[in-house]
Amino acid sequence: MKAVRSMVLVSGDPESIKLGSEKIFMALEEEFIRLGIQDEISLSMISDVDHHDALPLVIVYPEAVIYGPLKETDIPYLVEEHLYKGRIATNLVASSHELTGRIAWLESRKGTLPAETRIVLERAGIINPEDINDYILHDGYQALGKVLTEMTPDQVIDQVLASGLKGRGGAGFPTGQKWRFVSKTISDKKYIVCNADESEPGTFKDRLVLEGDPHSIIEAMAIAAYAVGADEGYVYIRGEYGLAFDRLQLAIDQAEEIGLLGDNIFNSGFNFHLHLHAGAGAYVCGEETALIESIEGKRGEPRSRPPYPTTNGLWGKPTLVNNVETLANIPAIIRFGAEWYHKLGTPSSPGTKTYTILGNVNVTGLIEVPMGITLREVINIYAKGMKGNAKFKMAQTGGSSGSIIPASLQDTPMDFDSFSKAGVSLGSGALLICDDTNCVVDLAKVLLNFFRVESCGKCSPCRIGTQRAYEILDRISLGEGTMEDLDTMVHLADSMYNLSNCGLGQTAGTPIKDILKNFREEVEAHILEGVCPAGVCKIKATTVA
Amino acid sequence: MTSDVVFEDRIDAVINRAVTKYEGKKEELIPILSQVNHELGYLPGQALDKLSHNLNIPKSKVYSVASFYEMLSTIPVGKHIIRFCESAPCHVVGGRFVIEALISNLGINPGETSSDGKWTLIATSCLGICGVGPVFIIDDDVYGNITASQVPTILAKYE
Repeated sequence: MKAVRSMVLVSGDPESIKLGSEKIFMALEEEFIRLGIQDEISLSMISDVDHHDALPLVIVYPEAVIYGPLKETDIPYLVEEHLYKGRIATNLVASSHELTGRIAWLESRKGTLPAETRIVLERAGIINPEDINDYILHDGYQALGKVLTEMTPDQVIDQVLASGLKGRGGAGFPTGQKWRFVSKTISDKKYIVCNADESEPGTFKDRLVLEGDPHSIIEAMAIAAYAVGADEGYVYIRGEYGLAFDRLQLAIDQAEEIGLLGDNIFNSGFNFHLHLHAGAGAYVCGEETALIESIEGKRGEPRSRPPYPTTNGLWGKPTLVNNVETLANIPAIIRFGAEWYHKLGTPSSPGTKTYTILGNVNVTGLIEVPMGITLREVINIYAKGMKGNAKFKMAQTGGSSGSIIPASLQDTPMDFDSFSKAGVSLGSGALLICDDTNCVVDLAKVLLNFFRVESCGKCSPCRIGTQRAYEILDRISLGEGTMEDLDTMVHLADSMYNLSNCGLGQTAGTPIKDILKNFREEVEAHILEGVCPAGVCKIKATTVA
Repeated sequence: MTSDVVFEDRIDAVINRAVTKYEGKKEELIPILSQVNHELGYLPGQALDKLSHNLNIPKSKVYSVASFYEMLSTIPVGKHIIRFCESAPCHVVGGRFVIEALISNLGINPGETSSDGKWTLIATSCLGICGVGPVFIIDDDVYGNITASQVPTILAKYE
């Protein structure tokens, strides 16, 4: 494995270029070659740096040291000191007051990379998940104790609201608001449901929480139930997650045995009973109303909304549905306070995010880092670079329902707001990183195949749209597509977006829009020239005259 | 006794066990179907009829649920089931070559059962073990980081 040890970024915005950043880039390249370290360091230009007084600047990872303003003549010294000898070139470091926005934020985290910040995965892999005592020894059930003995339900909701936590299942809805909706609904019975039907391709963060730290979910659900006034809960676990199911069942049994679940918990008069429900293989059950239907023993077909589950959920009662990762943040927010949590991540998206790193990189796996890290940082620092030093082409974020991210967005902070401004979606946190041996038509075809198989069939825009879009992509991949097909696909994507009943159909057309926006030439090459530039698609030889 | 009668008896026993375990609750239809499917390998028509009767749920509803979920099968399957992940994360790291190797080695396409009843090949969506893709599961055995050339050796382990 050939992995990079450092990443060097040069500011490449118009102002920096005017001030000579291209020369700095070339000087860096020359110095790396002179010292023979060019294969150990990844060098890139970033366009999105904001306005600063320190331009042109150079950022060196993993230490996240920011140097600037720099001249070409500073470079030999900088490279020799920092990248050859491993010492920070102190006299070239940008002073903090010259930095603003995202770069200042990077500065504030200086020295913390590449360490992860673990909240959700704090105990996973450290404690014995089959022993409740180990969880308690690691501060487990402290938050529940605090909530039940010192806080009113409203205070709990206020704290979650103030933390700024947003739902980690993909949509990013403010968690505290959802809790307040359910809390305000008047009903003799309320439910809380944990969505553990983790089925987005490439996502396995929830599985590792459930397998590694099952009590954290029980504790969080009990806190949520107390806050919204529920006394019964369900965890809906996807059918394929047998180990997670067994561990959580064992955890529930242990918690019941010592009175952390059941009636009159902590002598507070609060009752909470928790049940497990295994799915039987259906991606659409990750949609909250389909999940509720499935718990009720029916086909997992999403309901029409409104009414929302917050008022009419399980068995028609007000129901709070939260994702595993969202819930796993709750005990820490209670223990350390909303202010502590709000300082992590970016102002608009506080906290950490787990990412599953996949694809053509040296190291795959699961990380938990503060919100707002960039794709380039993930690839170069955590994934240790592209496999075989191949060229990054695109990333598919958030499983099938996310976005295809082109190289130009590699430096956009990954948080809900920045991604939404860039017109892409973070989704569940899966990062499928693809090099240039992948074809966009082939990738979109795989994604549409997924949607056509997983469409529940209830509403026709999705049922028919996903099938037809797949057929067109298949034709294009065989070299039999027409230019008119492209317009038809866009029309299908728009129709699915506007007319589908649930998120599955609404996002199914995203890959089509994404590849036509960012990789149109490559798609057209299949049609007009009868070639797949990446050499993946099996174009029929006879189709092009 | 004919084999039909033996099978019929076995269905009865399996269904009684599953229904008892879940206290005959209608809302537990999915876990009950899962258990019956696990024990019998699939959900024969007679089993669905009996469940409909035992749980007092219309046959149409029992069938609509049984046919909806990927892990439940209403048709007989082979002795060994291969679930191959065809989602993007496995595809990108070489899954497309692995499925070709499976198809050519087994002589069946996804969704089919071999004529000797030994293999059923199922192309499935993400199995949640993407860190080690490409991935497939044979019965309960998980195989990760598969290359096309390993496929014959793995298949040879199963009788």
